[in-house]
Amino acid sequence: GCRGYPHIGSSEAYHLTVTEPVAVLKADEVWGALRGLETFSQLVHEDDYGSFLVNESEIDDFPRFAHRGILLDTSRHYLPLKSILKNLDAMAFNKFNVLHWHVVDDQSFPYQSIYFPELSDKGAYSYNHIYTPADVRLVIEYARSRGIRVIPEFDTPGHTQSWGKGQKDLLTPCYNGQQPTGSFGPVNPILNTTYDFMTKFFKEISSVFPDAYIHLGGDEVNFDCWKSNPEVKEFMKKQGFGTDYAKLESYYIQKILDIVSSYNKGYMVWQEVFDNKAQLKPDTVVEVWMGNNYAHELSSVTGAGFTAILAAPWYLDYISYGQDWKKYYSVEPLNFPGSEEQKKLVIGGEACLWGEFVDATNLTPRLWPRASAGRNVTNLQDAYERLSNHRCRMLRRGIAAEPVFVGYCAHEARG
Amino acid sequence: MAAGPAPLPLPMLLPLLLPLLLLLPPLLLEPAGAVWPQPQLQRSAPGGGRCPLPPRRFRFAYAAGSAVGPGCAVLEAAFQRYWALLFAAARPTENEPPWETPCTQLLVSVATPGCDGFPSLDSKESYQLSVSEGSMLLSADTVWGALRGLETFSQLVGRDENGMYYINQTEIVDFPRFPHRGLLLDTSRHYLPLRAILETLDVMAYNKFNVFHWHIVDDPSFPYESSTFPELSKQGAFNAVTHTYSASDVRRVLEHARLRGIRVLPEFDTPGHSLSWGPGAPGLLTPCYLGKSPSGTYGPINPILNSTYEFVSSLFKEVSTVFPDFFLHLGGDEVDFTCWKSNPQISAFMKEMGFGEDYKKLESYYIQRLLDIVSSIGKGSIVWQEVFDNGVKVRPDTIIHVWKESSPPYLEELANVTRAGYPALLSAPWYLNRISYGQDWMAAYQVEPLKFEGSPEQKDRVLGGEACMWGEYVDVTNLTPRLWPRAGAVAERLWSNATVRDLQDAYLRLADFRCKLLGRGVQAQPLYTGYCEHEFGGF
Repeated sequence: GCRGYPHIGSSEAYHLTVTEPVAVLKADEVWGALRGLETFSQLVHEDDYGSFLVNESEIDDFPRFAHRGILLDTSRHYLPLKSILKNLDAMAFNKFNVLHWHVVDDQSFPYQSIYFPELSDKGAYSYNHIYTPADVRLVIEYARSRGIRVIPEFDTPGHTQSWGKGQKDLLTPCYNGQQPTGSFGPVNPILNTTYDFMTKFFKEISSVFPDAYIHLGGDEVNFDCWKSNPEVKEFMKKQGFGTDYAKLESYYIQKILDIVSSYNKGYMVWQEVFDNKAQLKPDTVVEVWMGNNYAHELSSVTGAGFTAILAAPWYLDYISYGQDWKKYYSVEPLNFPGSEEQKKLVIGGEACLWGEFVDATNLTPRLWPRASAGRNVTNLQDAYERLSNHRCRMLRRGIAAEPVFVGYCAHEARG
Repeated sequence: MAAGPAPLPLPMLLPLLLPLLLLLPPLLLEPAGAVWPQPQLQRSAPGGGRCPLPPRRFRFAYAAGSAVGPGCAVLEAAFQRYWALLFAAARPTENEPPWETPCTQLLVSVATPGCDGFPSLDSKESYQLSVSEGSMLLSADTVWGALRGLETFSQLVGRDENGMYYINQTEIVDFPRFPHRGLLLDTSRHYLPLRAILETLDVMAYNKFNVFHWHIVDDPSFPYESSTFPELSKQGAFNAVTHTYSASDVRRVLEHARLRGIRVLPEFDTPGHSLSWGPGAPGLLTPCYLGKSPSGTYGPINPILNSTYEFVSSLFKEVSTVFPDFFLHLGGDEVDFTCWKSNPQISAFMKEMGFGEDYKKLESYYIQRLLDIVSSIGKGSIVWQEVFDNGVKVRPDTIIHVWKESSPPYLEELANVTRAGYPALLSAPWYLNRISYGQDWMAAYQVEPLKFEGSPEQKDRVLGGEACMWGEYVDVTNLTPRLWPRAGAVAERLWSNATVRDLQDAYLRLADFRCKLLGRGVQAQPLYTGYCEHEFGGF
């Protein structure tokens, strides 16, 4: 199988034997072969005379976690294609296998929809800040050849300001007393038109993106606007939700989840969807992102039988002075109270580079090599040396990874 | 937009940001005629017209009576640069002649002759720019002022929806608030290729910075190729072939800076911060002791040997001929006494000199002799604040560089330094290497260097300041986005009037300026969410 797409169950295991005169790379699937090729490329080194050498070795390798992702945010700032592709290269050098593409949000809607072209026509920053269907196909195929899954995120009902520009009546009108203020809140959960739209929209998304999963968001829904809207209040009464707007949020999410699963897609959601007790299908993946006591959240999610991925300690957009790679490196995802079965439900994690302060000018140095440090725990001093070497390697390969600390690489970036 | 004084966890951030998000439109069109840093006086007549600029016919020319004319390398080079910056994107099309009278030339008039010298602390950078119907005049005291005016001019030219270049009728009178507006780069913690330094000088000029403080050597590496002591870089550079600055590299930097009206202030920091000097100058550094025997490690420069002062004298003689600026930065910060304390010869010397256990006295003894050497060579000295704090007897015109944020608070230190009669530079709140999440440019912008109790004479002694980009975590991969546009906040604080402090207005102008920088090919990072018409495309 060479024409298919990688998925959560793909085998990435490989066995590499380097002896004279022929080295042998064996893998169950092509995805494992890709990982093995990357490893092989890192074993080859140059001596002082310019000869390329590789030591005799035997390597048996497979990933501890099946979901190893990077989140890129193309709404707060548009990222030109070149920047996305460059980072897919870097991801492959680091054996990351999921691109979590947070493609739209409040600020802009760069995704050019086939069914709803007005979404990007009105919602993108400008005509030059759009991903056409061809662009999207390029990203998916570029990723596939590197064994990287592309999981798109269309985050609703919050984080949707830009959707309202091109889709009238999708967002909830906010009120001041009896008067609409002219501003809008989250997606309007009480209108049939909302669900008609979502049905058609997610039909498109399900066919454009081949991965088995779509990320549906569901985070940080601000209830103020819903609370101000008389029709919404009326609806709450009719449904018997009282004043518990989390119930309204769950009502909405439930319907979206059902829509998406009718297209035979699995879904990933941010943790609020679980926390607010929506009815999730058993194969839902819950993404734990809140920094406060994420270990406890992992216990809860897996305790309820759901699969989890961890992002909370790996918000790489939170920069600080000094060698912060150490704290990413020291994270042990399975350090939470739970049974063996529970721990098996943690399928991996994601390093997130939210885009408020990031675009193509600073993305690569901000992401690398800090994202490389999201690995398993061993000796920190040894890790420093290996990470520094790896950083120099990435420089040689044209990835503008920033320095770990004082020092130099034999081949500096061209700059 | 104002994300709060300290980074908040994401769930708390949103309720604060959301209302502000609704207030701020994404950056679309440039506020017409916005210049960064903001000029002292800028007037556009209300309803005043604008002048179209025809790229193919546009010329810079010298006004009659200008003391500087054709053949002035500084201005000729500037004219070429600015023409390219203005019109590189112009396409040769036949446009309808506009109904307004076009401005086909900018007349430049300089009062004082002199084109081949170097800018100095006393250089006059004032200029006046007058754009009216069909005519534009830039007048300045010196060529350095003309450069500042050309930069302003280049920022005033806009392009409308039809692609026509134009400039609004404007009157500008401008001059810097502080004469010393610097940027520090550290080429020892990480080597910076020449291209990175030259590009930084370009962007400094866009921001009207006028001092490049070159912290060229330090503990980790010695990239400066010395003609008197070639072993210093041979043994002390990260790689003696690929990670050094040759004499011709240094000359390139000096001339590139000169043509932009930027002084190059070299820093050879001693007696601490000098480990990389050791391999190429045996006997220079203090051997540390473990009990009675040398431990094999070294400490600061050895202040008790005559050979030290012979060496330092020769090196600084060379440095003073290579670098034309009147001032040299001698460092003098963060001297760790542990090694000196361990060394028996030094202990003996301490006794001899009657210094007791006060190693600050030994440090001062060294610095004193160094300062005397440097002034006998005919150069002025700038030192980090420890030299003043430790009571070294420095000459009255020694400039004290304040870098510590606390102990004492930097404003208090400025008060102390200026009250004692010394000129001062401020860097403490402008360590741009200290990154943090969010819009930290605002904190840099809100600094007020003169906010301390003191007489007008004291305040006059604050010559300006420097944004510092120390190199522990910085090299060419992340230098430019980390520097710009954040350093722009410092640039405006040092150039513009003290009353220019409104954060909302500054945000709009700085975000617009950042898009201008992108348009000029500078990899300046974003201030906040939004976009520029042409995003960064170079990889």
